[in-house]
Amino acid sequence: MKRRNLLLTAAALSVGLAAGAAAQDDPVKVGFVYVGPIGDFGWNYQHDLGRQAVEEYFGDKVETTYVEDVPEGPDAERVIRQLAQSGHDLIFTTSFGFMNPTIKVAKQFPDVKFEHATGYQRADNVSTYSGRFYEGRAVIGHIAGKMTESNIIGYIASFPIPEVVRGINAAYLAARDVNPDVQMKIIWVNSWFDPAKEADAANQLYDQGADVIMQHTDSTSPMAALEGKDVIMFGQASDMAEFKPKPRVSSIIDNWAPYYIERTQAVIDGTWESVDTWHGIDKGMTEIGEMTEAIPEEVRESAQALADAIAAGEVHPFTGPINKQDGSPWLAEGETADDGTLLGMNFYVEGIEGQLPN
Amino acid sequence: MLMLEPRTAPPAALQAAVPVLAVALTMIAGGVLFAALGKNPVEAIRIIFVDPLLDPFSRSELLVKAAPLALIAVGLSFGFRAGVWNIGAEGQFVIGAIAGGAVGLAFWDVPGLWLLPLMALAGMLGGFLWAMIPALLKIRFGANEILVSLMLVYVAQLWLSALVSGPLRDPAGFNFPESRMFHDSATLPIILGGTRAHVGVLVALGIAVAAYVALHRHVFGYRVRLMGAAPRAARFAGVSTNVMIAACLGLSGALAGLAGMFEAAGPVGQLVPSLPVGYGFTAIIVAFLGRLDPLGIVLASLVMALTYIGGETAQFTLQIPAAAISVFQGMLLFFLLATEVLSRYRLRRIRRAA
Repeated sequence: MKRRNLLLTAAALSVGLAAGAAAQDDPVKVGFVYVGPIGDFGWNYQHDLGRQAVEEYFGDKVETTYVEDVPEGPDAERVIRQLAQSGHDLIFTTSFGFMNPTIKVAKQFPDVKFEHATGYQRADNVSTYSGRFYEGRAVIGHIAGKMTESNIIGYIASFPIPEVVRGINAAYLAARDVNPDVQMKIIWVNSWFDPAKEADAANQLYDQGADVIMQHTDSTSPMAALEGKDVIMFGQASDMAEFKPKPRVSSIIDNWAPYYIERTQAVIDGTWESVDTWHGIDKGMTEIGEMTEAIPEEVRESAQALADAIAAGEVHPFTGPINKQDGSPWLAEGETADDGTLLGMNFYVEGIEGQLPN
Repeated sequence: MLMLEPRTAPPAALQAAVPVLAVALTMIAGGVLFAALGKNPVEAIRIIFVDPLLDPFSRSELLVKAAPLALIAVGLSFGFRAGVWNIGAEGQFVIGAIAGGAVGLAFWDVPGLWLLPLMALAGMLGGFLWAMIPALLKIRFGANEILVSLMLVYVAQLWLSALVSGPLRDPAGFNFPESRMFHDSATLPIILGGTRAHVGVLVALGIAVAAYVALHRHVFGYRVRLMGAAPRAARFAGVSTNVMIAACLGLSGALAGLAGMFEAAGPVGQLVPSLPVGYGFTAIIVAFLGRLDPLGIVLASLVMALTYIGGETAQFTLQIPAAAISVFQGMLLFFLLATEVLSRYRLRRIRRAA
């Protein structure tokens, strides 16, 4: 009995110490878990830029660490747990597949704050956050619709999850708005990052006559594959500026820095609460990268005007009348989509050809 | 010029020292690599090889990581001894996870003690049948089992993606490609409270012991060893090559399938596209590191698990990039093969006649 008590006390002490160290003194420790290698561009790179911004902004007041290339399988839970156990106060898990592991670990470490990107499960110490990237898709869809001569837009898609389907629909609707004849060809590569497959898809789309190609994958290989050809493309997640002024004519940039700084500040101030954040162009979480001179000036102006109108809340990329692909009505004239439907979007809008992989 | 010359009688001590030597050389070369990256090499090696052993949670995670490696490697070792090269254990692992997981999902709201054994059987059967494809193609058409089994890995992975995006998808999961979480009856019991170490660890250990007995004390093990050492003699002794091919592939497939089911019903708790993390391939290294002996494999799987878990810790404590850790693990195989060759051959300098 006595021995048992001693063990319990020891356990309680060590837990207490860990929690105590977190609460009081010196630097707040912020950990980041990335699903792939950081690399030079793309999803993970952007999250790491956010981490660096936190370091820079707070200086000695914070200490950041990261673990890269963590698969969304059995290892994720251990990595997240090790971060929690080693005295991190705030942990960002930056890929959808970290959702269940994050929730599991969060239960065991109630004093540590967790932030999970792109998921839908929250807890008292787990927030979720993501960007309204579809707003950016609408802007590049607008540019695509204005600039295509073949009226064929190619789209390199990753996985048929709501995030990606939403992007396809938003880009298509914006393109059709300015060019009723536009068609969209979609190739699913079933990967977020697979340079070989992405380049193949780009070549295939080009061969099918696409003169505008968008991607929802992380590598620059599609741009490298079609450099010098008569085609325009857009940076994804990162600016991908090295392919300026063409094929990359603009980009959708994920900017996590303001959010990461805000949430770290909340932990320092002791005001952190579990929230669900979905910011777009207005708060700068979604940014439109520089539009190059390869885009005619009036298109640059109208695209910028669209971005500004979305940011001001005057235009919603999903405004009725919109039918679903099968012709059934979705949004009535003037009606805008609610976030719930957008978050679970699993259908194409009318006019997109092909079947959504299911 | 240098030439490799077979040693007439390879020193037994040298042979036994091969794995230890390989690990030691990896530590040294790895230390140089880490130093070149501007990290303290001694601290890095300590974090990778020692620290995980000092922390109770990391110790339990070693078991979680080592169990599937050991299970798969034990299965592979029989074939590797007999000259049957199953390179597709990763695919059999995936099919085992799908088969076992699908049974769990089919009864997702039915509690019962019978469910886990049923899932385990389904997993083993799935892995077995998947391995029978290269076995039958080899027996019937002489198709190379290395290629066929390897190609089937990609088929299996795409199948898993298709199933969790379709029939096995979580109905309440916003269309994300993953299944429901398994309920309690379909989740492996935990053997150490507060950790993820599950009964699969004990099963893996039990199977390794059984395999040791089979290899050294049973006629099956004798035939396997005979077929590897002297295929013609084996045939004269009445060992059917075809039966042995089917047995070796089937056994390794069933064990890889079981490991896959354990992984799904253990640490992951659901079917997700990223469930396979390369255990089927890593197990090939583990099998050789353990010198194709079931008990050696158990040790080797723990060493391998150590480099993974220590590697993660080194990443966030020293910020050593993940790629450097992978290079480090690659070195282990490299040095293992090199020392193995040098234990059986000697280097001789020869002069070309002028």
